[in-house]
Amino acid sequence: MEYNQRMGDGRLVSMTKDAIREDIEAGAADAADRAKIPTLSDDDMERLLDIMITQGKTVSVDVGNEVVMTTDMGHSVINGNYSECGGSGVSVGITAANQIIERCMGADSVGVQWYDYTYKSIKAVITQQQQELESILLNTTCPCCFGSMPNLGAYYKPDGPFENVGDMMAEGKITEGMEVYEQAAEAAIEDVFWVTQQVDKIGIDNINIDTAGAAGDGDLLASLKSAELIKKNTGISVEMGMANEFVLGIHGGMEYAGERLAGMYAHKLVKVAEKAGVDIFGPVCNTNTRMSTPWNVARAVTFLKECSRVSTIPLHANMGMGVGGIPMVENPSLDAVTKASKAMVEIGGADGI
Amino acid sequence: MGVTLGHHMASGMNGIRTAGDLVLRMEMQGMRINEAKKYVAGKLGVDVLDLADPYKMTEVRNKLGLGTVLAIPGEPKGMRAKANIAEVLDIEISCLNKL
Repeated sequence: MEYNQRMGDGRLVSMTKDAIREDIEAGAADAADRAKIPTLSDDDMERLLDIMITQGKTVSVDVGNEVVMTTDMGHSVINGNYSECGGSGVSVGITAANQIIERCMGADSVGVQWYDYTYKSIKAVITQQQQELESILLNTTCPCCFGSMPNLGAYYKPDGPFENVGDMMAEGKITEGMEVYEQAAEAAIEDVFWVTQQVDKIGIDNINIDTAGAAGDGDLLASLKSAELIKKNTGISVEMGMANEFVLGIHGGMEYAGERLAGMYAHKLVKVAEKAGVDIFGPVCNTNTRMSTPWNVARAVTFLKECSRVSTIPLHANMGMGVGGIPMVENPSLDAVTKASKAMVEIGGADGI
Repeated sequence: MGVTLGHHMASGMNGIRTAGDLVLRMEMQGMRINEAKKYVAGKLGVDVLDLADPYKMTEVRNKLGLGTVLAIPGEPKGMRAKANIAEVLDIEISCLNKL
């Protein structure tokens, strides 16, 4: 007998039970090898196999195992109109879109995300953001998140004041590049904190420092230092979601709390996030489009399970397009999404998504 | 959209349909899911398993004025609902002090 499965790019394929089991074992082993963590137990692999061979259109967690959701999309799923946001382009305002996700779609949180998703860019439109935020807070009940990226890439010329660190290093200017990278990180910290202070004036519930580490270890250092600054000076709840399953060492020597950041995987990242005062951490596992969903989900669950074991703070696993075992496709099937969702919560130990 | 709704169906508490927003408020203070659920259930005087039950939680939310998905005129929603949530959960909600 063969079972319908999805590839990492969303395509439908047929696999035997033995082939699915082999992919689960291989995916879990790949994660264990990369992060130097335990692979899944035989029991966990059997549970994952049971989930994967379910042939219904959807699966779900057992009653009592439900979790809560935060998002880097918020209202954009309704009124955004660009693919990376999954936006449907419905012609409604930001407050109305938030009311829709709260009252009609079962969201646990509402939010504001400026379309140019970088703290640096938000400075130019901060008054508009405060106005939107005030309207959302007055008209919704769920906690409200304000999310954006530190995004060191936005600090390089021509968009920002600094020379492009990647170009400098390619030219052999390693030490100079590292110094510029450190300066860019300091500039990002200043911007994340300034924007936080402005939205704190209106009464935001949570700051999402999102896609942390997108531009490497300096980007992550800026995220951690920003979280620390926010917690010490405002007390606002902070969520930090990762950009990647491990930290790229653009600098290579950057440390936080005595720990070198380059090369860290989720189970180590969550510990430095805790030290920075982060309240909710979002681990990432990148989807491989050439491998099956059983392989990708097994891999994501393996990373998450060790992260969950060592964490003292809640984990909201990144499970949008192309991460957390979700296929890298704009319109993913419900079978793939719900199987990954159930596995990450019930086997991986996610506190949220 | 497919991702969002898929997760809500498969794993979500579903916000103000149940007690999802209340549990998330406690996670935002660093509580893990089981601790957050236990805290909220204790404050609401319900069983942990009731927290994701829309039937039970609509009853509880109406009684305590915590806001529901039904836009009944005159019933608490938005800031009024959040004022009641802050009191019931014994937490600070920033916008109540700033707006």
